[in-house]
Amino acid sequence: MKASTPLTKNIGPENIAATIEQYQANGGYAGLKKALSTMQPNDVVETVQAANLRGRGGAGFNTGLKWSFVPRGEGSPATKYLVCNADEMEPGTFKDRLLMERDPHQLIEGMIISAYGIEAVRAYIFIRGEYHLAADRLEHAIEEAYEHGYLGHNICGTKFSLDLYVHRSAGNYICGEETALLNALEGKRANPRAKPPFPQVSGLWGKPTVVNNVETLCNISHIIANGPEWYRGLGKGADAGTKLFGVSGRVKNPGTWELPMGTSIREIIELHAGGMQDGYKLKAFLPGGGSTDFLGPEHLDLPMDYDAIGKAGSRMGTGTMIILDDKTCPIGMVRNLMRFFAKESCGFCTPCRDGLPWVEKILTDIEQGKGSVRELDQLAQQVWNMRPGNTFCALAPGAAEPLQSALKMFRKEFLDHIERGCCPYEAAETRFVGA
Amino acid sequence: MPKIKIDGKEYEVEAGQNLLHTCLSLGLDLPYFCWHPEMGSVGACRQCAVTQYANEEDERGRLVMGCMTPVTDGGIYSIGDQSAQDFRSAVIEDLMTNHPHDCPVCEEGGECHLQDMTEMSGHTVRYYEGSKRTHVNQDLGPFINHEMNRCITCYRCVRYYREYAGGTDLAALGRNYQVYFGRQQDGALESEFAGNLVEVCPTGVFTDKTFSGHYARKWDLQTAPSVCNHCAVGCNTTPGERYGALRRVVNRYHGDINGYFLCDRGRFGYEYVNSELRLKRVLGAAEKDLLATTATKDTKVFPEISPQKGVQKLAELLSPDSARQVIGIGSPRATLENNFALRQFVGDENFYLGVSPRAASLMEGCKSLHASPDTRSPTIPDIEAADAVFILGEDVSNTAPRVALALRQSVRNAVLDKARKLKIPTWQDAAVRQLDDGERSPLFIAATEPTRLADVVSGLLVAAPQDLARFGFAVAHTIDPSAPAVTGLSQPQQRAAVQVAEWLMSARNPLLVTGSGCQSEDIIEASRNITRALAKHRAAPVNTCIVQPEANSLGLSLLQPETPTAHQQHLMQVAQLVEENQEAGLGTCLVILENDLFTRIDPHIAERLIRGAKTVVVLDVLLTGTTQRADLIFPASAVVESQGTFVSNEGRAQHFYPVYEGSDYIQESWRWLADAALYFCQHNTEFPPHIEAMANWEHTADVDAALQNAVPGLAGISEIPPDRNFRISGLKVARQTHRYSGRTAMYANLCVAEKKQPVDDDSPLSYSMEGAHSEAPPALASSSWAPGWNSNQSINKFQDEVGGHLRGGESGLRLTLEEAGSDSGWKTEIPNAFAADPEQLLIVPRYCVFGSDELSNEAPGVRELSARAKLLVSSLDADRLDIRNHDRVGLQIRDQDLELDAELCADLPAGMVCLPMGIPGLPHIDLDISAYAGLRLVQRAATAPVSRNPSPDIAPETGGQQ
Ligand SMILES: Cc1cc2nc3c(=O)[nH]c(=O)nc-3n(C[C@H](O)[C@H](O)[C@H](O)COP(=O)(O)O)c2cc1C
Ligand code: SF4
Ligand code: SF4
Ligand code: SF4
Ligand code: FES
Repeated sequence: MKASTPLTKNIGPENIAATIEQYQANGGYAGLKKALSTMQPNDVVETVQAANLRGRGGAGFNTGLKWSFVPRGEGSPATKYLVCNADEMEPGTFKDRLLMERDPHQLIEGMIISAYGIEAVRAYIFIRGEYHLAADRLEHAIEEAYEHGYLGHNICGTKFSLDLYVHRSAGNYICGEETALLNALEGKRANPRAKPPFPQVSGLWGKPTVVNNVETLCNISHIIANGPEWYRGLGKGADAGTKLFGVSGRVKNPGTWELPMGTSIREIIELHAGGMQDGYKLKAFLPGGGSTDFLGPEHLDLPMDYDAIGKAGSRMGTGTMIILDDKTCPIGMVRNLMRFFAKESCGFCTPCRDGLPWVEKILTDIEQGKGSVRELDQLAQQVWNMRPGNTFCALAPGAAEPLQSALKMFRKEFLDHIERGCCPYEAAETRFVGA
Repeated sequence: MPKIKIDGKEYEVEAGQNLLHTCLSLGLDLPYFCWHPEMGSVGACRQCAVTQYANEEDERGRLVMGCMTPVTDGGIYSIGDQSAQDFRSAVIEDLMTNHPHDCPVCEEGGECHLQDMTEMSGHTVRYYEGSKRTHVNQDLGPFINHEMNRCITCYRCVRYYREYAGGTDLAALGRNYQVYFGRQQDGALESEFAGNLVEVCPTGVFTDKTFSGHYARKWDLQTAPSVCNHCAVGCNTTPGERYGALRRVVNRYHGDINGYFLCDRGRFGYEYVNSELRLKRVLGAAEKDLLATTATKDTKVFPEISPQKGVQKLAELLSPDSARQVIGIGSPRATLENNFALRQFVGDENFYLGVSPRAASLMEGCKSLHASPDTRSPTIPDIEAADAVFILGEDVSNTAPRVALALRQSVRNAVLDKARKLKIPTWQDAAVRQLDDGERSPLFIAATEPTRLADVVSGLLVAAPQDLARFGFAVAHTIDPSAPAVTGLSQPQQRAAVQVAEWLMSARNPLLVTGSGCQSEDIIEASRNITRALAKHRAAPVNTCIVQPEANSLGLSLLQPETPTAHQQHLMQVAQLVEENQEAGLGTCLVILENDLFTRIDPHIAERLIRGAKTVVVLDVLLTGTTQRADLIFPASAVVESQGTFVSNEGRAQHFYPVYEGSDYIQESWRWLADAALYFCQHNTEFPPHIEAMANWEHTADVDAALQNAVPGLAGISEIPPDRNFRISGLKVARQTHRYSGRTAMYANLCVAEKKQPVDDDSPLSYSMEGAHSEAPPALASSSWAPGWNSNQSINKFQDEVGGHLRGGESGLRLTLEEAGSDSGWKTEIPNAFAADPEQLLIVPRYCVFGSDELSNEAPGVRELSARAKLLVSSLDADRLDIRNHDRVGLQIRDQDLELDAELCADLPAGMVCLPMGIPGLPHIDLDISAYAGLRLVQRAATAPVSRNPSPDIAPETGGQQ
């Protein structure tokens, strides 16, 4: 059955996980059987590449292409790993959780096929520490998969074997950065690693490793089962497939929905999220989680496509939007985000470790009406300090995105705070109190 | 060689390096923190940013981190580009948000890399107005201060301590701006290389606690190039003095020896020089009847006598007197010059080595192994480059610590090779370490205990010395079947021998490490067979690191006179001689040079020897057991107050200079002897030519000239030190920095007239701030300084490339010890296997980095840690005797009864114990005489104490292989 919403087809309104029986009854594990019986590993890689699936973890890199960098075939290192990034700590993001809690087998099947494609011998799901329910359900589903011969030795009677483990994170946003994740998985400090070498060449315990986002991997079984053309056809615009989009903030119906790539922002906010709550107007929004640049109402008609959002000056990120309304202090919102990033900085490189706390402090001062115009320059300087390449990993450049766009979009609000010596939003009792 | 452009200028540079390394090697200034020449790049601090341009047309460029960017042919870079400068200055500003700016009270001040780099970045105005994060500091033991608020989070300390030096008890803890570098709880840092943190940390977080006790700014210290005298590695040091006291010791870079790092014995052992036991004046024992009334039996009373009187008494020994014999007892801790002067003073035939018979024969064995055409002695970089290492019977972590640190690097060659194959530059430190899959260049240790390197071995055999020797013979036989075979080896040992042989034979740079640490000649003999077999196989000599315990052990053995009658002139012979003379009615006069006989031979024999002597003259640095029994005592200068030469394990003769003049009447021992010779010649009409020659010795160079004439093996040593007339543009090299402060006022509390600076006409150095500074050649350069570079990192400016060799040549002379036709064939005497006796346990010597060195034991910090030395007991024996870890045990050795704490070891075979040697408070056990002991439990340990040197937590299988 070719669903138009393949990722959520097994997800109903009730908070229960699809059992393996339900999953199989709805076409589950067909992709795996097809891959194992009719495809060589390289076919899997090529098929995924042809499907133009782009990573759903934030960076949007072509998944099949990423896999193709793994040394495979004869003479390549015998031990390779697949790691699922289920850390999902990006502010405002709650899509992977849904997929794992409600349809764990979809992820498991996707991982088995992916592991087959890259010739991995072991796979890990590195899951955010707070995701107890998802981890429990995954562990249960993995047991089921072993019982049904989808995991373990000689999967489905073939020569392919794979073990899959769930690793619960000790909790740190940086653990979502793929190389810091690998360090954490190895039991080391969760500091990112220098690239190159890329994980595909030297990853987990120095072995070739692919790290993919939960949602990315959930697409795999459908691509294999239904083919790349079908997959590309799911998208409305330039990008292929469907995606889980989410909205949080003062909308009537916050949540997450599977929609075609290229669905317009307006449709997502106004139709699916039910539009703004009564009495609130949309002032701006972060289109793809806490580390993307603000966009404004003028961008509502843009399609949620990687390139379209990129051209508008922001990023698709995780595809989960955070809405800023007209009665919430934008400085407070940014300050709150910066507080998160400052705290979550791994502490390895200077501009992030020492810059973000300073940013947070300045924003706190400004928000409380104790700021000065000179401090705006300092914020701009900090944004510059944290440009991509200036820091060791992408956390700080990501953190700088909402700040840099806020400095431009909300200059008036910043100056208001400074000139009035207080927060103009305070009277309205809608100061941003934190996510 | 790639051609690159930096700020418009073209350079031809080394391929494969990173840009920071390249810039610094070119002499360009680019600030950095996290990178270290010895530890490579991690890209943490972001201080080394430069602008890289895509091509000539690219005007904007982009920022890259110098340390993380490989130089590429045609690369165009700019250090001076405004955005790069702005960024570097912004990084400083960020770092400074949490730095306390407490330079005036910070001990790093004046030699602080953070100060230098801050200046270099040009950042001056700080806008941060918030509060700073603060940390609680820890007590890290007697050597190192901890002031975490100053931390700039560069990660150098943990990278050095954990990854480079193999320590486990210092870590980066926590995250974000609050990362904490410390231990899990207060306590002495466990690594014997912890002291390097003081130099590795670019700020004042880790500083030298011993220095704090008598602190002075770096620029106020008077320094001279010196050599560590606490073991035979011969690390180069820069001791610093002020107000006549030795304040500290820091590393002095030597590209072939210590590089950037010392061990803690060498760094912190210096305080013996300031000890209360220091001899400063000439003392003569009072007459015997006085003694009988005022002092307890055998304790002497020492009134001070004038130096002239003392010299006169010493000169009396030179008058021919058929009723007595004058015997000189030399010392492996005294310089070549001092030993040679004594030898000349008493005559070749009356010169004795000052060590036990076993030690003398081991010295001889080591010397001849050095001289063998099958061996070549490796430098420390050679050791680091070894791709297969076999350690036979030596616990280098405790007998030659710096070598152990180098061996720890050698095991990484396999990973470095892997990185090269994957095209990952070896300076990409984190990435290379990530590749480490447990593969190592083989390091096999055959020793009497697992040793501190056990965590990186590929195989380990713990056995009694005779079994180690047998194993060594078996390895030699495996390499070359014509070498004698060993019968009765256990299966695992046999397999291990084959494995070791294979490793050594297939390696590009195999290395054998051996030495006298087990006090076993058999081990030296076995080593001889191994090197002979391997040299034949390779058709080239084998790198062989031959470890001896003391700073000048090898040098002393070269001074052993070539008289046919006196093959081995050791202390037992002296004892015998004294008794023979007594019986014959002859008096024996002993002149003992810098040697405490009670730590060398059985104390009873030392006692008899001294008691039987008619007169005992001692020249020494400290008041020792032997000095206390002397009739005449001369204060000798410590190494830091001397000019002289040691011969290191490597066979490198190294010359060092006094940092300051010893106080009172302290002078080099040879000067006392030469003074006596002069006195004798002045007051007699007839004198032998060698005494007359001595009387004319005025300068160290005179002794060296005589020395190289008399001792063929030492040819060339008088050319090592730049001549005392050496000048740079007419100037001597200044011992004081150009910023030395307060000179005119230093002693104003005593006398308002400016104290006259001592004149040094013995060396090309001056006791002054006037003179040449940074122009000095390496042999004369005690500390490096360049404009803008006040910290130790200034050494960059004096190397041919950073981390490479010193421009102007590494100091010291590698002696050629090779004797023509010295191939003595295979050694065929294979010892019998060790047979355990439950009643009489074999005593095996155990050396302790803190505790087994006589002089450093007088440094309070070293003494504190040496008190923790333990008796290593096999778990098998312990079970039998109901002894548990840390229990107090008694060791009955003939009539001696020792008590100390036990440390259990599962790897140790039953029937032997390893007894710490030289520990203050424990009597010396002469293993030549008493090799067996009974063991018993004395007292159960209350709670397990935290030990500084815990046994390694991995226990590789005994006799196993990977
Ligand atoms: C600070 C930081 C946090 C991240 N957190 C996550 C995360 O929680 N989940 C995720 O899938 N990717 C996260 N990423 C992106 C990953 O580094 C990586 O790009 C991604 O897992 C790759 O998977 P994909 O190709 O399937 O998107 C994070 C990146 C950064 C810099
Ligand atoms: S930007 Fe630097 S400090 Fe921040 S998380 Fe990445 S590596 Fe750590
Ligand atoms: S303690 Fe020193 S070496 Fe360690 S991170 Fe801090 S500044 Fe760097
Ligand atoms: S290794 Fe030896 S020579 Fe070097 S510092 Fe230590 S004690 Fe001194
Ligand atoms: S020295 Fe280059 S980033 Fe630290």
